[in-house]
Amino acid sequence: MSGKHARELTGWGIANLVVVLYALFPVWWIVALSFKDPSTLSDGAFVPRRWTLANYRGIFQTSEFTRALVNSIGIAVIATTVAVVLGTMAAYAVARLRFPGKRLLIGVSLLIAMFPPISLVSPLFDIERALGLFDTWPGLIIPYMTFSLPLAIYTLSAFFREIPWDLEKAAKVDGATPWQAFRLVIAPLAAPGVFTTGILVFIFCWNDFLFAISLTSTTSARTVPAAIAFFTGSSQFEQPTGSIAAAAVIITIPIVVFVLLFQRRIVAGLTAGAVKG
Amino acid sequence: MTPSTKPAPVPVPVGPSRGARQERRLGLLLCAPAVIVMLAVTAYPIGYALYLSLQRYDLRFPDQAHWVGLANYGAVLTSPFWWQALGVTVLVTAVSVAIELVLGLALALVMHRAVFGRGTVRTAVLVPYGIVTVVAAYSWQYAWTPGTGYLAALLPEGSAPLTEQWPAVGLIILAEVWKTTPFMALLLLAGLALVPEETVRAAMVDGASFGQRLRLVILPLMKPAILVALLFRTLDAFRIFDNIYVLTGGSNGTGSVSILGYDNLFTALNLGIGSAISVLIFVCVALIALVFVKLFGAATPGAEPERR
Repeated sequence: MSGKHARELTGWGIANLVVVLYALFPVWWIVALSFKDPSTLSDGAFVPRRWTLANYRGIFQTSEFTRALVNSIGIAVIATTVAVVLGTMAAYAVARLRFPGKRLLIGVSLLIAMFPPISLVSPLFDIERALGLFDTWPGLIIPYMTFSLPLAIYTLSAFFREIPWDLEKAAKVDGATPWQAFRLVIAPLAAPGVFTTGILVFIFCWNDFLFAISLTSTTSARTVPAAIAFFTGSSQFEQPTGSIAAAAVIITIPIVVFVLLFQRRIVAGLTAGAVKG
Repeated sequence: MTPSTKPAPVPVPVGPSRGARQERRLGLLLCAPAVIVMLAVTAYPIGYALYLSLQRYDLRFPDQAHWVGLANYGAVLTSPFWWQALGVTVLVTAVSVAIELVLGLALALVMHRAVFGRGTVRTAVLVPYGIVTVVAAYSWQYAWTPGTGYLAALLPEGSAPLTEQWPAVGLIILAEVWKTTPFMALLLLAGLALVPEETVRAAMVDGASFGQRLRLVILPLMKPAILVALLFRTLDAFRIFDNIYVLTGGSNGTGSVSILGYDNLFTALNLGIGSAISVLIFVCVALIALVFVKLFGAATPGAEPERR
């Protein structure tokens, strides 16, 4: 019996190892590239033969990357904040209140969750140029928050349904209005769900590429994923491989930090919104 | 389209209680900003895209824009490029979603059953989910570039898989599968958690093998979760852009419909044709969603809020 048990444990251990390797080897490869000395960049070695920070020093010397990094952080943070605030309001109503048009709200957000972004690129390109939003922060914040709203509403309403609502009733018995009950009783209870949703929405905004290359034309609003695609080598004969790899690693750091710190929450958030019932 | 246009429940014999009225007002008030934003940023532009698609509108000659009716649609639908791109998109979608379903299920079982190292596995699996698609795509691109990459080094001398149509499509599918299998697995994991442990154990006591338990007990019980995961991923895969843009740029017949739309907008600067492609992609996505909901009865997530 114990022999079988041990075999089973080894089996699952190997399965775990395979999964971890599967998930991490392309990440390791880009990390390895970013630390390679320019002369060994094209040697195809899986582990750098000569380690160097030259690629990182290179991208931080020009404003092309640093400016894009500031854009990425600013745009993602603002879009996330707005989406989470609006999403929290709507999700509270969906989870708790009876009002006409609730199904419509759910239908509309589902529709938008499925919306192909390319379908919006051509009209938004034209509209934003007319409104002077093209190549500005708001020009990217607006589509990002819109497309992350459905994600925010689903995840949050799933979290909100788990909250012990008797407390709200108790507050109402004590004479609180629905708004007071929302602000004073439920909001603190909902904070963890809101935080988790914030992470998911941030990852979503951080990831976008199509809007970022379509709705910007200069470095003034271009985010890192888009900037990477426009990197050029320091001379025309040099491939920007090292710079791209280093920039790619930098924008992966926040993702890895989130995943390491909040693995449990992210899994809960992803599964809560999508599969209920 | 806003909730307020829906007819209010008419029969109000004594008038709803003050509480109910307040509740309804608060509900609409809380939803209004989200609804207004979503409609303003999607419904209006898609309407505008429809309008643009009926115009001859070349960005190099904006003054010459004029009404051409359905001519742009005619041009797109008779163009071999559209059908080629649609074929690639459908192929990539179908193959990658099929592989992801199998791999995702295996991954979900590993995550569900893992006795130790559970946290490690879940953390590792979240990395492909969270990583920026463009970053992962560059990693793959350099890996397969002859001379630079460790994977290209494994191939026979002189082969450059990203420059040939079918190998390149295969590598695009690989990149897509790597990135999105974890998401599929997490959705399936949630479905797996809903399968009652006793039912599975009862089948085990009755002598069902692992395969039988999976096929006859677990999968049927997971059907709603599987359908939702498939629907999400199919629609997501259909709009594939980032991976193709970085891996091949859509050259050698590897472009998806999204790539085609982008090229028409920003390389050819033809807003009319580009918008027609945008509208056609939207129609395709709507059709896929309709097929899933009507044919397979996929429950839309969150559609039954009163279930609880």
